Amino acid sequence: MEQAFFFYFAFVIAVAAVFVVAVRNPIYSALSLLIMFFHVAGLYVTLNAEFLAAVQIIVYAGAILVLYLFVVMLLNLRQDDRYHRQWPMAAAVGSTLVIEAIILTVMKGWTSPVVAPGTETTVGGISNTAAIGDVLYSTYMFPFEVASLILLVAMIGAILLAKKDIGGDAPQL
Amino acid sequence: MTELSLRLVVSLAQILAEMTIVMITVATMTYFERKVLGWMQDRMGPMEVGPYGLLQPIADGIKLFFKEDIIPAGASRAMFKLAPVLTMIVAMIGFAVIPFGPDITMTMFGLTIKPFVVADINIGILYVLAIASIGAYGIILGGWSSNSKYSLLGGLRSAAQVISYELNVGLAIVGVLLLSGTLSLVQITEAQAGGFWHWFIWGGRPDGFFPIHTQIFAFVVFVISAVAETNRIPFDLPEAESELVAGFFTEYSGMRFAFYVTAEYANMLLVSCVAASLFLGGWNAPYPGTILEYIGLEQLAWIEHIMWFTGKVYLFLFLFIWLRATLPRLRYDQLMRFGWKVMLPIALANIVITALTLYFFPR
Repeated sequence: MEQAFFFYFAFVIAVAAVFVVAVRNPIYSALSLLIMFFHVAGLYVTLNAEFLAAVQIIVYAGAILVLYLFVVMLLNLRQDDRYHRQWPMAAAVGSTLVIEAIILTVMKGWTSPVVAPGTETTVGGISNTAAIGDVLYSTYMFPFEVASLILLVAMIGAILLAKKDIGGDAPQL
Repeated sequence: MTELSLRLVVSLAQILAEMTIVMITVATMTYFERKVLGWMQDRMGPMEVGPYGLLQPIADGIKLFFKEDIIPAGASRAMFKLAPVLTMIVAMIGFAVIPFGPDITMTMFGLTIKPFVVADINIGILYVLAIASIGAYGIILGGWSSNSKYSLLGGLRSAAQVISYELNVGLAIVGVLLLSGTLSLVQITEAQAGGFWHWFIWGGRPDGFFPIHTQIFAFVVFVISAVAETNRIPFDLPEAESELVAGFFTEYSGMRFAFYVTAEYANMLLVSCVAASLFLGGWNAPYPGTILEYIGLEQLAWIEHIMWFTGKVYLFLFLFIWLRATLPRLRYDQLMRFGWKVMLPIALANIVITALTLYFFPR
């Protein structure tokens, strides 16, 4: 049963990801991306990571992709302008990745998996969300703070870029 | 496998019952809104169809069902058809985690069933937020696919507005989450049992009456942002009729138009349910226990719980209509400034203060 769900989600993720780059109309690519985000969230749910699934939807589908759609609609991209002269580069990168994937798939039979199959590392008794919070504020405190700092810098940068007349009499929005 | 299919059947029955309740409430709402607006403006409201116009929602439904379905030339047909359906689905599935009544379990066909909540998942409130954030897509796509300037502008405005106010909704509930220590709406409601001074809007500690953890500022931010997120007056910029004809659904007619309107009312109902559960104690009565329990009818106490929940939800729905009858529409720049420069700082300050009071005076 779980495997059936996994293969469904994996298949849709792969197909939607191809559509994102293959469809001509940018709006349709954005929608394919939306479908992909939903199925990634579904994959998280099958892995008992409900918190990640919800955050995936809220952050990626609810905020980032809406902004992306916003920009696409405002720019009104000409449909054929998107891929000119990118084919050689894309083919080079793509074929490298495909070869790599094939090698890794073949190699997988020879090496032992890192985590033994069938064992789930369960966190005793507390919910998924509490477990993530616990780890985030103890074990991964430093990376978490660094990520926060980077986000803060990005925010200040965005404000500086958008508000060119800082210091002067800024027009009220 | 049989247990799984049985579970599926029971869940579907529960979903069907809940959908019926939501649809009936939406129909009631349309009548209620026109009637209350009428009274507030010293009119009668609908009076023609049925006694006191009671059959008006049915008449409206039949009329919309038989209207011609027009798809404008140059519209993106698939998207034009998809957008209202998407809006409707998103508005409906949010109700899955709302606890309508007490958290009791029944055993039926060997299965444990919670009759008053479809899915008691441990990330309930995050699920509602996720669903609400998807709601913008139906509006944006509807606006874009109509191939009309008014629709597109309405859709863009809506996108900006929903993103801005969603943030405030998310930050306003953090205080409640800090107090309750859980994301499940069922457990949040249960944490507020035992009298109105335990409701998170008041925030009294279990051992005392003094409201040191009060969430009243978060409550105000939440309600205002919820009004903005459901595109209701005074924040109905996406459909401002004086400048955008009807905003994102200018080109829609018949059932597709009805889908948008129904989704709007269902969203109002959803945020009312969430506000009641988070801040006003959900199905808890404002006094400890229930009256039916005191007079010895414990097995019927759920009726009283459900009545309290319904009463609180209708209070919010009345507030929505009251605002519509009272306030003029904001200008777009006022809307944005209000969201980012007034509501956001209040919500952030509330988080800091709640965290500090919880640290010094733990519950």
